[in-house]
Amino acid sequence: MHEMSLAEGIRRIIDAQAQAHGFQRVTILRLEIGRFAGVEKPALKFALDVVLRGSTAEGAGIEMIDLPGRALCYDCGATVEIADRLDPCPLCGSGKIMPQGGDEMRIKDMEVI
Amino acid sequence: MCTVCGCSEGPKIDGTAHAHGHAHAHSHGDMTHSHAHDHPHDHAHSHGADHDHHHYGQGAAGVSVPGMSQMRLIQIETDILAKNNSYAASNRRVLAALDAFAVNLVSSPGSGKTTLLCRTIEALGDQPLAVIEGDQQTSNDADRIRATGARAVQVNTGKGCHLDGHMVGHAMDDLHLAPQSLLFIENVGNLVCPAAFDLGEDAKVAILSVTEGEDKPLKYPDMFTAARVAILNKIDLAPHCDADLDAYEGNLKRINPEITVLRVSARTGEGMGAWLDWLRAGLAAKSRP
Repeated sequence: MHEMSLAEGIRRIIDAQAQAHGFQRVTILRLEIGRFAGVEKPALKFALDVVLRGSTAEGAGIEMIDLPGRALCYDCGATVEIADRLDPCPLCGSGKIMPQGGDEMRIKDMEVI
Repeated sequence: MCTVCGCSEGPKIDGTAHAHGHAHAHSHGDMTHSHAHDHPHDHAHSHGADHDHHHYGQGAAGVSVPGMSQMRLIQIETDILAKNNSYAASNRRVLAALDAFAVNLVSSPGSGKTTLLCRTIEALGDQPLAVIEGDQQTSNDADRIRATGARAVQVNTGKGCHLDGHMVGHAMDDLHLAPQSLLFIENVGNLVCPAAFDLGEDAKVAILSVTEGEDKPLKYPDMFTAARVAILNKIDLAPHCDADLDAYEGNLKRINPEITVLRVSARTGEGMGAWLDWLRAGLAAKSRP
């Protein structure tokens, strides 16, 4: 739902980088999106298509890299990796788990000309 | 266009257009308070005659990409919400300097946030406090809050689905908070987006009313994971809608084992004491060195 805000944030960062590094065009943009970031990737892609128009990144290839979700199990105490927010602990089967990472949303890097 | 919220019209604060031309008395940390305008930037620049060299790893952030001629890889590693987070950090510094305690009230529309807030303000008596009301449209909620005698600023987000750190910073400027105030930020009714946007608050408080369904914490886990307290509101209605309060609490604790659950009826006053105690304890903790 807020993917448009995120796309605006991405454009702002790209514009600032274009100023700082003096490149003409972004050819590939790589984003890291955590499993628990609450980002709908197709919606973000759609928003970027609109928001990046007229910027140095218009038409750039967009790669989204999934970062795993990590969580602390409150019953067995282990830090585990889970694919879905509601998955039980893979070690003990408990459902009481608290995310400890995987909410990242970052621009990792970009290839530019 | 407001650069943070991305909504096309920009938020309105109390019916006035969210003007960006006025002087900004507040500091946004080390950021210049610039707003991206949508005019195209032309980045054509000339590199003199010796443009045969390749830009391998120029600058601190650049690294070379093997096999690519003038192509460069720029490592950024920047959080997409970095700008919002810097506004939030600035708000947090202002609040800390005042020993003020801010809560960000989040819920679906109709959970009873404004009624809970009105009852809370009445019960707190002469405690210094202020309210920031976020809604897409209307100043109805700020009007209700002002009827209690409290200071309130309405922020209309237009098409925006959440408050962000930038809007709250502006609203805080208008409120001129007294030292050791409580600041209540009533977010846009929405169980999804406000979870991602830090406003500089001390705690998010999620309000869930017993008419909404026991499985809401499982359906919208991000919000209940981000919240430190969940207020289970409208418990006076529980017998009339077959609500299982223990099931609500069980699902909240499953999603967030650390969450504090308070069972409240803002209408009858049941459970309000524990909520007021939690607020007072939070405020007292801010004043301690």
